[in-house]
Amino acid sequence: MERASPHSDSLLYASLIVILLLISYWFTTKCFKIISGIEDSAEDEFELSTVCHRPEGLEQLQEQTKFSRKELQVLYRGFKNECPTGLVNEENFKQIYSQFFPQGDSGTYAAFLFNAFDTDHDGSISFEDFVAGLSVILRGTIDDRLSWAFNLYDLNKDGCITKEEMLDIMKSIYDMMGKYTYPAMREEAPREHVENFFQKMDRNKDGVVTIEEFIESCQKDENIMRSMQLFDNVI
Amino acid sequence: MAAGVAAWLPFARAAAIGWMPVANCPMPLAPTEKNKRQDELIILNVSGRRFQTWRTTLERYPDTLLGSTEKEFFFNEDTKEYFFDRDPEVFRCILNFYRTGKLHYPRYECISAYDEELAFYGILPEIIGDCCYEEYKDRKRENAERLMDDNDSENNQEGSMPSLNLRQTMWRAFENPHTSTLALVFYYVTGFFIAVSVITNVVETVPCGTVPGNKELPCGERYAMAFFCLDTACVMIFTVEYLMRLFAAPSRYRFMRSVMSIIDVVAIMPYYIGLVMTNNEDVSGAFVTLRVFRVFRIFKFSRHSQGLRILGYTLKSCASELGFLLFSLTMAIIIFATVMFYAEKGSSASKFTSIPASFWYTIVTMTTLGYGDMVPKTIAGKIFGSICSLSGVLVIALPVPVIVSNFSRIYHQNQRADKRRAQKKARLARIRVAKTGSSSAYLHSKRNGLLNAALELTGSSDDEQHISKSTSLIESQHHHLLHCLEKTTGLSYLVDDPLLSVRTSTIKNHEFIDEQLFEQNCMDNSMQNYPSTRSPSLSSNNGGSTSCCSRRNKKTTHLPNSNVPATRLRSMQELSTIHIQCSEQPSLTTSRSSLNMKSDDGLRPNCKTSHLTTAIISIPTPPALTPEGDSRPPPINPHPTMNISTTCSNVVKVSAL
Repeated sequence: MERASPHSDSLLYASLIVILLLISYWFTTKCFKIISGIEDSAEDEFELSTVCHRPEGLEQLQEQTKFSRKELQVLYRGFKNECPTGLVNEENFKQIYSQFFPQGDSGTYAAFLFNAFDTDHDGSISFEDFVAGLSVILRGTIDDRLSWAFNLYDLNKDGCITKEEMLDIMKSIYDMMGKYTYPAMREEAPREHVENFFQKMDRNKDGVVTIEEFIESCQKDENIMRSMQLFDNVI
Repeated sequence: MAAGVAAWLPFARAAAIGWMPVANCPMPLAPTEKNKRQDELIILNVSGRRFQTWRTTLERYPDTLLGSTEKEFFFNEDTKEYFFDRDPEVFRCILNFYRTGKLHYPRYECISAYDEELAFYGILPEIIGDCCYEEYKDRKRENAERLMDDNDSENNQEGSMPSLNLRQTMWRAFENPHTSTLALVFYYVTGFFIAVSVITNVVETVPCGTVPGNKELPCGERYAMAFFCLDTACVMIFTVEYLMRLFAAPSRYRFMRSVMSIIDVVAIMPYYIGLVMTNNEDVSGAFVTLRVFRVFRIFKFSRHSQGLRILGYTLKSCASELGFLLFSLTMAIIIFATVMFYAEKGSSASKFTSIPASFWYTIVTMTTLGYGDMVPKTIAGKIFGSICSLSGVLVIALPVPVIVSNFSRIYHQNQRADKRRAQKKARLARIRVAKTGSSSAYLHSKRNGLLNAALELTGSSDDEQHISKSTSLIESQHHHLLHCLEKTTGLSYLVDDPLLSVRTSTIKNHEFIDEQLFEQNCMDNSMQNYPSTRSPSLSSNNGGSTSCCSRRNKKTTHLPNSNVPATRLRSMQELSTIHIQCSEQPSLTTSRSSLNMKSDDGLRPNCKTSHLTTAIISIPTPPALTPEGDSRPPPINPHPTMNISTTCSNVVKVSAL
């Protein structure tokens, strides 16, 4: 037989090299997966261990909050229905909240709310946090409620609201409306709204609103005072 | 909005406090709850099983029965619970819907029962959760198909009742050869000719001995005239058949577009083209090619074979899988052909002269045929050749199971359809028996009512009680309603009931016709000659009722000139056949026995009326009352006539004339 042509030889070598490359690629990805695989399983276990959280007894909650026994029962039943594990994490919270605002994007505002409710900042809201927050909003004094609202606006919890923080909040509120509004939302509407707000609230015009300024200014405003009591009989 | 999060609405409203300080204008007033009740437990009693839930749970969906005030209609004051006389199993799913916001469809539940329950509770099936929605839709589609199938065949059957014009009869005969013997004959004749045509095509090319000149001649040229005659005959038959089908088709345009008609045309065109073009030498080559199309005649067999049709339908439905198979094969062929070509390029005297030339090698190798006319000689070529054959097996093996499973599914579907059609006759028969049972029950009760009146005249009271308790309150109310309708219109109900062989008619101008029809009925029944002695309650209990049975045993086969339309007759025939079937099926004894029971009650007073002078039942005997009595031959069996005459003497007809 005549010797194979250089064509067939080079073809052979080329294909062998390709096969070698493929095998090495597969091998390295396998190793990589093994290395990172251990971490994955650890994370899964971590998730598993925090599954069920039970709140403290009814009596304790009754003492801590201003709700009656029946109200607490109703609240817990609703809470547990939606979150059988007993804890709400941020994703869940956003999802629940977004069901009430189907048109817009309520994710950002929900995140702010989550931070406001999650007082111990452990990344999840338990029933105690939930009920504590609601107790303030629905059964607290006007000052309590105002300071809760202040806490909501103060994103970094440093005791004062800056214009940027307020702008973030304002934008998130406007986002909840969605795109289809009448009149159409203008780009500078949140900013104008923030300016308005600061004009009203910032007494000493230092560019930030402290809690005293906030409460003082709010107490002077009839509308705000009235609207604070709007949701008293929600539960 | 899902129900679960309705529980969170208070929270969302409370959280709105975050907007208050930034709002510029006053907020609208909050809606107040008119009567804020404390949340209470509701007891729902569904067929005895008690479910309890909070009132607010049910009120989450106010546009359903349980969520609205509609449930107040079901409130039971005594037990202070809501009572529903429905299926508790399905109710479980429905209540879960209120609790969790997700409606599930249990697999064990019948789809129509479930739909009914959903409709009752006012829940739209679209709410079914994603987890169960596919299953629900699949089952619903299956059910709808089955119902449509039933309806279609029912319509077809009912369509046979009114008289069809020639065109429709022909079409029916073509589509379903079993409808009449002529159609069957036509079916077999065409089948035979298709076979003949195909065989002649084949035999034409067989070498058939030599002609002086040492040339091997195919049979076609040796016996050209014979083959030409055969071909002409076949083509004539096919042409006639095609034209007849075209004439009979309900939608000619659609028929012409259908596959079978195209095959028909393609099968006969070559002959006509050949006739036209015999003289022209130039196109004789093309003419010879046209003869190839004669082989399409074999596809005409698909009308005769259901399996072929299923195969064709399968291939059509697996078009995407077949397409994928083809595409992947093409890809692989091109790849391997290229590789083989370049691998074998150097070797001298290589058969792989070009890539298209290598296609042949690749195809033969991939399908594992391996003719061996082209083999690689270089090492690289051999390696790639082996890879090629291995991958060929895989590529071809992949889509085949899909095609097979499709075929199996369609085949089983067809089998099920056939089975259903076979059972349908029996099922419809049972349904019809039930229907006639109810209408004959009405006539019974009417007779009973009239008998009551008669008995009152004669003053025998104990019989009265015996008769009246045979019907329930609902039945008696129903019968009264029918009676009122009769009185309003002045007509009276008529029923084909060979079992009872009695008929009442209270209106004089319809009496005559009734009796005539009744006679036809009797004649038909006697023609059927079924073993009615099997019906125990009739024959064993009353001596007087043997008249009915014995008359049935009469063997007269003469069918007098009837002005009854053929369809009516056919229906009576069918009904009688049904009774034969019925008597053989033990499961139907309940309905039959109930009929028998009624007839018992009906006939017992019948026999008793032999002692009464006034009777309302007329049992006309054929010789006496038919207008064509002269033309009727005497019954073959003389014995039953005696019985008839004796019963005749017992019963006196009351005529309203």
